[in-house]
Amino acid sequence: MRIDGKGLIDRTKPVRFRFDGKDYAGYKGDTLASALLANDVRLVGRSFKYHRPRGVLTAGSEEPNALVEVIGAKNQTPNVRATVQEVFEGLVAQSQNRMGSLRFDLLAVNDYLAPFLSAGFYYKTFMWPRAFWEGLYEPLIRRAAGLGSLSGKHDEGVYEKAFAFCDVLVIGSGPAGLMAALTAGRSGADVILAEESHSLGGRLLSDGGVIGGLPAGEWVAQVVAELQALPNVRIMLRTTVTGAYDHGTYGALERVGLHKSARPNLPRECFWRIVAGHTVLAAGALERPVAFEDNDRPGIMMASAVRTYLNRYGVSPGKRVTLFANTDAARATARDLMAAGVTVAGIIDPRPDAFSVEDCPVHVGAEVIGTRGRLGLSAITVRKGAETFEIETDCLAMSGGWNPTIHLTCHMNGRPRWSEDLAAFVPMEGAVPGLVAVGAANGSMSTHGALATGHAAALRMVDALGRKVSIDLPAAEDAPYQLRALWAVEGKGRAWLDFANDVTTKDVKQAAQEGFRSVEHMKRYTTQGMAPDQGKNSNVAALAVLADATGRGIAETGVTTFRPPYVPVSIAAMGAGGRAEGFAPQRFLTSDQASRDRGAPMIEAGLWYRPSYFPKPGESTWREACDREVTMVRQAVGVADVSTLGKIDIQGKDAGRFLDFVYTNTFSTLPVGRVRYGLMLREDGMVLDDGTSARLGEGHYLMTTTTAAAGLVMRHLDFVHQAFCADWQVRFISVTESWAQFAVAGPKARALVNSFLETPVELPFMGVAPVRIGGVNARLFRISFSGEEGYEIAVPTRYGEALFRDLVARAETMGGGPYGMEALNVLRIEKGFITHAEIHGRVTAHDIGMEKMVSAKKNCIGKEAATRPGLWGPEREQLVGLKAAEAISAGAHLFVPGTEVHRETDQGYVTSVGWSPTEGAWLALGFLKDGRARIGQKVRLVDHLRGIDVICEVCNPVFHDPEGEKLRA
Amino acid sequence: MRLKCPLCGDRDRREFYYYGAEDYLHRPAEGAPLADWDNYLHLRDNPAGVTKDLWYHEQGCAQWLVVTRNTVTHEISGVELVAERKA
Repeated sequence: MRIDGKGLIDRTKPVRFRFDGKDYAGYKGDTLASALLANDVRLVGRSFKYHRPRGVLTAGSEEPNALVEVIGAKNQTPNVRATVQEVFEGLVAQSQNRMGSLRFDLLAVNDYLAPFLSAGFYYKTFMWPRAFWEGLYEPLIRRAAGLGSLSGKHDEGVYEKAFAFCDVLVIGSGPAGLMAALTAGRSGADVILAEESHSLGGRLLSDGGVIGGLPAGEWVAQVVAELQALPNVRIMLRTTVTGAYDHGTYGALERVGLHKSARPNLPRECFWRIVAGHTVLAAGALERPVAFEDNDRPGIMMASAVRTYLNRYGVSPGKRVTLFANTDAARATARDLMAAGVTVAGIIDPRPDAFSVEDCPVHVGAEVIGTRGRLGLSAITVRKGAETFEIETDCLAMSGGWNPTIHLTCHMNGRPRWSEDLAAFVPMEGAVPGLVAVGAANGSMSTHGALATGHAAALRMVDALGRKVSIDLPAAEDAPYQLRALWAVEGKGRAWLDFANDVTTKDVKQAAQEGFRSVEHMKRYTTQGMAPDQGKNSNVAALAVLADATGRGIAETGVTTFRPPYVPVSIAAMGAGGRAEGFAPQRFLTSDQASRDRGAPMIEAGLWYRPSYFPKPGESTWREACDREVTMVRQAVGVADVSTLGKIDIQGKDAGRFLDFVYTNTFSTLPVGRVRYGLMLREDGMVLDDGTSARLGEGHYLMTTTTAAAGLVMRHLDFVHQAFCADWQVRFISVTESWAQFAVAGPKARALVNSFLETPVELPFMGVAPVRIGGVNARLFRISFSGEEGYEIAVPTRYGEALFRDLVARAETMGGGPYGMEALNVLRIEKGFITHAEIHGRVTAHDIGMEKMVSAKKNCIGKEAATRPGLWGPEREQLVGLKAAEAISAGAHLFVPGTEVHRETDQGYVTSVGWSPTEGAWLALGFLKDGRARIGQKVRLVDHLRGIDVICEVCNPVFHDPEGEKLRA
Repeated sequence: MRLKCPLCGDRDRREFYYYGAEDYLHRPAEGAPLADWDNYLHLRDNPAGVTKDLWYHEQGCAQWLVVTRNTVTHEISGVELVAERKA
């Protein structure tokens, strides 16, 4: 119920929302949980395994019970914590993990089967028969035990990722965080203050108090106003720091649009990578539940959460509240409620020596041993000494003390330290370099302790940054934190530890009995700590129960590892921008639009998009277009964009010497104006890449690489240069994107090229010359990748599209036209030219028949390693051509006809295949054991995947014009 | 993870390409026995502690770097240009 005059919600702004099909009203500033509690809705979900009725337990992101599905126009988000989701006009949410309605969940039958469903029951029950594992048991278990469901539709939501940098990152904005941010901020340092909630203040918003003579709320408002006015302070609300990584890098998830009605351009979430010089962890502490029989009914919640709902949201979760707590501080819950006019039916304090004078009945030395109420709490049973009695109540606030929020300090392998005084784990100092835990996160539980440690940590950081600041520490309460640890109340029934995964004290004891005594084994056997809350509410208590069951101390029992993320992070946020076209950058040719205008389907070649073929009217398959384009090149002239090939401009006195070192063959002797084919090895002797290099001047070369290896070769050249010959006078740079380059090939190529040139050039085969085209300086190469007389014209990129359109138009008047990747591939297979299909990283120069290209006169990268035994000789698979009358496939394997087909008899494999209209046959390139000696023999080509089994003839890989007469014409 | 490139300063790990141990810098001389090549190409230590390896500032200055780092603590104690290395 809503309490008049309490809370920080905006009562002038009512908000309507819908939960499980029913309309409710809340206020701006409410969370879904507070708004539901204000409407007296206690039952909000069903538990994971037993389908027990559950209500809100906490008021923060650690909530294990109140998980709901939020339904948007385009998406459905499961497992949203109602304690985090802010209400907005039109919010639609529904409960999850139920069959039927929330009140009458058919799977609640599981609760009656509980004796059979204890820890490890999956492993014991669903063993036989084995055939049922996947088909029957798994779907059944998944249906019965589970969380929210997805819509099954594509997530159209917008997500973002972003980077931020700061001198000081402050995580959390309670008294410790605010004091640290203010101290660092006043010094002029760049500060990021990240707060998970939607307003700054942390527990001060829930607990009140007095700071520096001001009511806590006023002090917070003053500090916030100053921080907002400081230009060097960035406040990030609704931002949870989810992980600590190397060298001051933190991951953080910001809820950008999840608290607003959908707007098309507003991202739902943003995943931040924050790089911080120093970090203050002021994440506070999490209150921990107590395990007693039936402690999971709706209406039983954390004492601090009751205070938060009352003081921050103006809601009392019950009309007749009871308190079960073992600290003095938790008494504030009862006092605040009574001050707000809510009946407190009793305080149950297990400490026999606890203070017993309050404005309500106080039962010291007593424990809650049971509860009643099917869909919500109606009464509790209290045991005091030998006496037991019932108290009618609709809300039990419980507290077993606090666990410092140490998670981030464990993300880089740091182990926490057990503190007997606090009965809790505290961070090990220096666990994350550059991070200092302060306030409750470091076990300083009083407001004064929080302010003082936040202040001191920030002062040290300011000093390390070489800055100065003067700031006084305001006075605040410094009450000692005293508790008597209470993990579990003795009893026969089921007492919940892990609400989210339905793990009880019995399960943990059973794990210990069955030999799962290590904390890591217990975790996996019971699934404690493996739910979306990652054990935030249950880890320490489960450890304590395990320690007790195994007769060890908690420190000795140890703790499981906290790993990122601290809260669930949607994958869409982490991968923001990386979906569909955003998955990889796209590179487009200057001829891209011209090719698309002609209806060419584009295919991906690395990051590039290249035309596959140029269909003509009447052609119904790609093969028809490809065959026509191949014949067109062989008989007239074809134009293809080859700008994707890597181009590296190499200059300097030692340029030729450098090329001699990276290529197997010699380039220092290449005359100016000539081009040479070169082969490049890796240091282990395998072929790295091939391509042509042209000598443009005395100390000036232009290297081309294959499309696929352009980046790789650049990296390789940089390495060889910097590692082995940094003192040579040679420099190089990638000019791939600076030049558009077009192949012109065919018997009419020369006529087409000359029609452009201001002065026609007679270039010899493998020649290069500067030319002028339409007033533009260009380069003309006489090289060929098709086997026909071929030229490549390079112009500065900005002229590429115009030149391509013009080349194609003129070619068409000569019976030619453009050709695409399919035809280019067939042309090069006919000519036996290799690509990375052949030089795939496991072949040597010997394998491709180019061992003579490895110069004996000089050293080069890979030369020595290539001489190792096993890398040459007849036992190697060598490049051959294959010819067949029927369709064959790349990826097929080769066998001796008449032998069995299996791995041991494998003789080689096929790398490239195409139908050759020129030869009137299927042609292939492949690798065959001792292949060069087997030219003229038959092999059996088998492809089990495609059901191909064909006899082929082994050929010289150069099918077309083996003497090269056309090239040199 | 962050690397302090001697030319570009403190940069995110995503700008760099990782190659492997700095052993690649110690190329055997011409005519060295094949065992030296085997060692150079394939045999690597796997230390728990300080190690040196090669990174390439591919999305930056295109410099190869020798990075001295601790495989246990992840501390980076030195970044040096390959082209200007001392040893």
